[in-house]
Amino acid sequence: MNEFLHMGGYAAYVWSAYGISLVILITNIILPIRREQALLHDIKKKLQREEHKS
Amino acid sequence: MLGPTIDKFAAPKNAYSVACTLSPWFAWISILLFAGGVYGGLFYAPPDYDQGEAYRILYVHVPAAWMSMFVYVVMAGAGACGLIWKVKLMDAVARSCAPLGASFTLLALITGSIWGKPMWGTWWVWDARLTSELILLFLYLGYMALQSSIDDRRTAARAGAILALVGVVNIPIIHFSVEWWNTLHQGPTVTKLDEPSIHVTMLIPLLIMSIAYTTFFITMLMVRLRAEILDQERNTTWVRELVLGGTD
Repeated sequence: MNEFLHMGGYAAYVWSAYGISLVILITNIILPIRREQALLHDIKKKLQREEHKS
Repeated sequence: MLGPTIDKFAAPKNAYSVACTLSPWFAWISILLFAGGVYGGLFYAPPDYDQGEAYRILYVHVPAAWMSMFVYVVMAGAGACGLIWKVKLMDAVARSCAPLGASFTLLALITGSIWGKPMWGTWWVWDARLTSELILLFLYLGYMALQSSIDDRRTAARAGAILALVGVVNIPIIHFSVEWWNTLHQGPTVTKLDEPSIHVTMLIPLLIMSIAYTTFFITMLMVRLRAEILDQERNTTWVRELVLGGTD
């Protein structure tokens, strides 16, 4: 296991490349989902305000 | 003009419901492929005789680089369709592609840099492959800046499509850069179909990772498209019904 983590001396390079890939991919999942939720919330609020006025 | 089937599919309401139905499926396929690809790349594939274990960066770097170009072609293609046939859905596809493509490009540049340090002894060189990939990043960022600076959707989509189409010229430059110029970046190992210079046990995880990245792109394209469609159609009856119907 230690040998595997060591990556033949290239541990810092290999693991940072995989780590950064994971971070960028996960950011790519979170941002659009949050945007969709914010948008739904925004549209809902506007519609409720309109209903309130009429 | 496009025929009743495509018209029906391109109707925002239908496209929205298709995206909602399909995105979880693609998400699961992508997760399984990533699990298999990472396992294959880190455990199953043998170390490289020349680069040792460092070459394992290939499994996150090469698919990201391929996707950076593939997404660009999709973006420009969708932009062109929006421009020619005035299909609003295609404008939304192009717009949704840009941040995804930009992040694949950034990923390719960063992982390439991390790979370059132990192999070439430098994080960055201004050689043709690296420079043209950096230009690709600027094309995506330029497209995104253009989208956010123009308020009118139609005008923004049109300007974006023209920028994207002009930038397509960069794609073959990236692809052939390692053959046209004498670069530090290594030449192609997979696309030389006559004699691929990569062993099959190394190739299989790479192919799995590539499909994983592709399905990831399709998943996130659909999620982004959902938001784009909602925003675009926010004043229509079906969006009102969808939003208010979900509250009770």
